[in-house]
Amino acid sequence: MDPIILFFLFGVFAGIVKSPLRLPSQVYDFITLVLLIAIGLKGGVELSKLSFFTLLPQSLSIIAMGFVLPFVAYPALLVLGRFQRADAASIAAHYGSVSVGTFAVAIAYMGANDIVYEEHVALFVVLLEIPAILVGIVLAKGIKQDTNWGKIANEVFLGKGVILLVGGLVIGWIAGEEGVSSIEPLFVDLFKGILALFLLEMGLITSTHLGSLRKYGIFLVCFGIAMPLFSSLVGISLGFMLGLSVGGTAILATLAASASYIAVPAAMRISVPEANPTLSLTASLGITFPFNIVIGIPLYYHWSAYAYKAFA
Amino acid sequence: MNKSEQQLLTIIAESVLESSLTKEMEQLGAKGYTIMDVRGKGSAGVRNAGWDASSNIRIEVICTPAVADAISAHLQDKYYNDYAMIIYTGAVNVLRPDKF
Repeated sequence: MDPIILFFLFGVFAGIVKSPLRLPSQVYDFITLVLLIAIGLKGGVELSKLSFFTLLPQSLSIIAMGFVLPFVAYPALLVLGRFQRADAASIAAHYGSVSVGTFAVAIAYMGANDIVYEEHVALFVVLLEIPAILVGIVLAKGIKQDTNWGKIANEVFLGKGVILLVGGLVIGWIAGEEGVSSIEPLFVDLFKGILALFLLEMGLITSTHLGSLRKYGIFLVCFGIAMPLFSSLVGISLGFMLGLSVGGTAILATLAASASYIAVPAAMRISVPEANPTLSLTASLGITFPFNIVIGIPLYYHWSAYAYKAFA
Repeated sequence: MNKSEQQLLTIIAESVLESSLTKEMEQLGAKGYTIMDVRGKGSAGVRNAGWDASSNIRIEVICTPAVADAISAHLQDKYYNDYAMIIYTGAVNVLRPDKF
């Protein structure tokens, strides 16, 4: 097993046994900053080599996927899970959006196993982050006049995750491969070590959400596993249609399967305050995040490889 | 020394509200504020500041009693139902009353 996953499990263990271990929040902020910029830079360098006409159809279909996924999750949560409207909409938005942490683990997985993938997939992270938030808000409130879209746009586009990724993409794109090589020691060479620390903290955070699992019952657990499995198939189909490599398809599947725990919770807290944040965070952090990084990513890769063998 | 009595209004709330709260307090007449990152436990569970979604802020505002009442009433009306928030006030002595 990859040591970074062991760091995550170590964090969960330390949290469960109630160790006072925690990363100072400034350190956690710094680590996420480095990871987001590193992911953006890598993607930006690749973007500079691609033409606009390759990217446009890819980008549009990926945005479309971001809009569609919450519409699948919402009725399931409402009817099967019997959640209230606001809660169902909020959870649906979490599952339509993406988790950068999961994406980082997927990149590390591809790297560790020497699997080739399209490195501009970092662009997809940005594109997938936003649509689901809009869908979630509309599902919760309808299209009402009193929704403060300016404030929501501010929260969504200028939030830490999106702005750092976009900043990294633009810098990588302008600087190109040679320009970026001078800062590689921090952003590329140290990437896995920093990711290990990030996952340690994620393990600690996840452990605090395990307690709420018992409270919210079996449906949430099933949803937290079934939804990513379903979304990954959507991602694999889309990757296949777009002609991505097996590795790129597996990463797209991982993105589709991942559930947000940074951008969406903040946006939902502000725009749909009546939704219970513990529900969506328990599902995305307590179930889906660990499921994806331990079991999901290798599984999605094998499914992608299988799809290419069977259909291509 | 020329002391004057003003109200110290303290708000403990979810960090995600910071920009909304500061904007609304200024609109209601607060001339300044101090913000701290804090953690603790209350009816909304443990807020351990481990990361963004579980972190709290404490805002202190020194203002006239009328402004303190206006801010408390507004925040109670707008946020108490859906957010983790507590507000308390007390009298404090300040040296330069015109600042507040």
